[in-house]
Amino acid sequence: MLTFTLRRLMLAIPTLLVISLVIFLLVDLAPGSPLSDIPLTVPPDVRQKMIEAMGADQPVFVRYFLWLRQFFWVEPAYLFDSWFGTTWSEGELRILSWQSRSPVFTIIGQRLPQTLTVIGTAYLVGVLIAVPIGIYSAYRQYSWFDQAGTMFAMIGFSVPTFFSGTLLIIIFAVWLGWFPTKYDTQLVVNDWESFLKQVRQMAMPVMTLGLANAAAISRYMRSSMLDNMGMDYVRTARAKGLSERTVVLKHVLRNSLIPVVTVIALGIPAIFGGAIVTENLFGVNGIGAALIGAIQGNDIPMVQTIAFIFAVLIVLFNLIADILYGLLDPRIRYD
Amino acid sequence: MKLRAALLGAVAVAGLAPAAFAERGTDGEVKLTFPQAVSIMNPYLSGGTKDILAAAMVLEPLAVTDPDGVLVPRLAVEIPTVENGGVSPDLTSITWKLLPDLKWSDGTPVTADDAVFTWQYCTHPEGGCSQATKYEGVASVEAVDPSTIKVTFTAPKPNPYTAFVSGLSPILQKAQFANCLGAAAPTCTDANNMPIGTGPFKVTGFTVNDTVTMEANPNYRDPAKPAFAKAIIKGGGDAESSARAVMETGEFDYAWNTQIPPDSQAAMSAAGKGQFVVAFGTLVERLEMNTTDPDPALPEGERSTAKHPHPILSDIRVRTALSKAIDRSILVEVGYGAGGKPTCNVIPGPAEWASDNDGCIAQDMEGAKALLDEAGWKDSDGDGIRDKDGKKLKLLYQTTVNPIRQDFQALIKDWWTELGVEVELKAIDPGVFFGGDPGSPDTFQKFYADVEMYANNSETPDPESYLGQYQCKNAPTPETQWQGENINRFCDPAYDALYAELTKTTELAKRQEIARKLNDMVTKDSMIVVPLVHRGTLSAHSNSLGGVRINAWDMETWNVADWFRVK
Repeated sequence: MLTFTLRRLMLAIPTLLVISLVIFLLVDLAPGSPLSDIPLTVPPDVRQKMIEAMGADQPVFVRYFLWLRQFFWVEPAYLFDSWFGTTWSEGELRILSWQSRSPVFTIIGQRLPQTLTVIGTAYLVGVLIAVPIGIYSAYRQYSWFDQAGTMFAMIGFSVPTFFSGTLLIIIFAVWLGWFPTKYDTQLVVNDWESFLKQVRQMAMPVMTLGLANAAAISRYMRSSMLDNMGMDYVRTARAKGLSERTVVLKHVLRNSLIPVVTVIALGIPAIFGGAIVTENLFGVNGIGAALIGAIQGNDIPMVQTIAFIFAVLIVLFNLIADILYGLLDPRIRYD
Repeated sequence: MKLRAALLGAVAVAGLAPAAFAERGTDGEVKLTFPQAVSIMNPYLSGGTKDILAAAMVLEPLAVTDPDGVLVPRLAVEIPTVENGGVSPDLTSITWKLLPDLKWSDGTPVTADDAVFTWQYCTHPEGGCSQATKYEGVASVEAVDPSTIKVTFTAPKPNPYTAFVSGLSPILQKAQFANCLGAAAPTCTDANNMPIGTGPFKVTGFTVNDTVTMEANPNYRDPAKPAFAKAIIKGGGDAESSARAVMETGEFDYAWNTQIPPDSQAAMSAAGKGQFVVAFGTLVERLEMNTTDPDPALPEGERSTAKHPHPILSDIRVRTALSKAIDRSILVEVGYGAGGKPTCNVIPGPAEWASDNDGCIAQDMEGAKALLDEAGWKDSDGDGIRDKDGKKLKLLYQTTVNPIRQDFQALIKDWWTELGVEVELKAIDPGVFFGGDPGSPDTFQKFYADVEMYANNSETPDPESYLGQYQCKNAPTPETQWQGENINRFCDPAYDALYAELTKTTELAKRQEIARKLNDMVTKDSMIVVPLVHRGTLSAHSNSLGGVRINAWDMETWNVADWFRVK
């Protein structure tokens, strides 16, 4: 197991390097200019100066190697300095966003909390809704509950979040006035009142995303349960006279969870990635909103860094899912 | 009895007090929302209006332009003129006097050195200052004494109100930015995000592309202002959600740039929580006619250059016919509602600068058809498309991807088809269209199409530099890396000569007259530019926010110090 993990980690290094180069070239080759948001009243020579000041006129490989150096040396050194008070990164240029001229990692640091709270909660809520629905739907296959569950999953799958989100806004914010439409990222939760405020502002984005998440996971849960329900060991358990509760929740559920846990683990990087549409709709301004804003503004350092962090997380969680699989199912060993 | 009278008097005074002696910070918090979030609070490193609007609440210039287009002093005692001796008679220098006892929000005094530093900051060759045009033609800025700033120009400058005028070129604090000159400019993250200013508010918190939190500046020069103790700008989302947050849910007090479809405007206004306000500046949605041939069959480097005149659009009768076929009122109704009005001018305002040209407003389909007939374009083979010498009257009409523009394209295509013109439509990603990449065939400068549509405006109420765009020498060509503002490749020696005269004329009435003439030369006299809609900036404010005077000539937040809570 350990050798397997190490081998996979070693293999991840060249993979990630190739990914970083591909992302960089893709973003760079995409048409557009970092100055396309600037009013037409700014004359060409001033634009040229601005491009030069950003370093955007350098050849693509110079910029790529500079980025590599900044990502793997300057930024860790900076982090190390801020922890231990050393001066490794002194005089080095951190990765700066072209749009805001702020360090990209500072922006990510500012945005991660709301992404993790909102998107993370939505994921958790999605899982908590999906697992029971999946179990009961499978146990009572083709019952009215199963039909309703299928219907719910269908809606969750097919209704895009920009539609369901807007619908929620119109019902709960405009008509009923219960929830705010713009997420307050500066809210500090320190008492009961501010906690309620936080819950209220999270309600709509969490509902929107939770529905979409629950739809997918409940289908996995249901089909995995169905696979196991027909197995011989289930018949044996019943024949032994075990209660239905024990059969379903102990024997079937445990075995059915194995693939579902993998699916859930693989979905976790998406939490860090944020949700572009939902974040924009409710003004959550997390990582997803930062990424789309950077893409629109042709802010290459920002897009590159965020996209690369996603790549790292996806590679990492794939590995974690594989290891979890081995831990949950003793039949699977990688050595 | 006496006591009662005294009490009544006290009550009366107390009742009047808020109105008569308004106090700083008594009205709580004012909440603004922008569809595009604020990225940076330093206007010299940003080009986006969103950033400059936010910065204008904190940083101030010497003078601003009010909604009527009149220059009013901010940090200066008065507007220098030739009459009051502030501008030298030969127009080569302007001398500003700072208000006495002016303080930065950190309590230190504002001096002329700060202005000198600001000029050095923006003109540093490695700084990439986005407002460099404000300091163009400035030979030097000196501090004559701590409260006197003298700006000297390299040549006589008829409009000397560029440097340190308007929210685009405010004064920075030297002490804060001293280490941020040139290449170091973007590394000063704290200074760029939380600049120390003289304005009614000071920044207390900044999260990039998300939220700016501010509180009343304790050292603001007017002790009674601002009425609000705190201000917050939340960014993100889109125009629709910003408008909704003010007009329907009432969560915010002010939303900038809420350009939404006319039917949504009406629906939101009906909610009764707020109102839309519109300011008309010089932004004009227009059709630009290509006077050169964009034929793909031409060799690269000659396509869309003056070498090959346009085979169809070189004839003024065709251009005029295309303009006549358009019903601009319908365009406004469909696309902008209260946020637009039909226009025939490139310079639609301020009133004294705008030509009385309105001949294009009424649609004249028959007149347009007659003109094409006269020009020799007739439908000889009966397929509904006009032709001449075996060539079809076919145009490629491009613009950016934008729902309103696509509506406009569809409408205009219908009118032109009725006219007997075959129209091919093309929509390009705005990032590419305005990106200016010389390698891309789809930039608006390259103009590999016959007609294109976008909006442009003059940065200042005085349109001198804006009109300068249409000089011969500003045509984008392969030699200039396809940079240049004369998109149409319009070239008229008479225009260039008249423009040269404008740059030398100092008398205001005369300048306005020349500007109107220049406007007519590119519009009704030549139909090179076919203006469609005079677009305003549409913003929304809640009914409980008082004191808003939306301003098209400077930043919308220009008078935020005067905003108050309606009680």
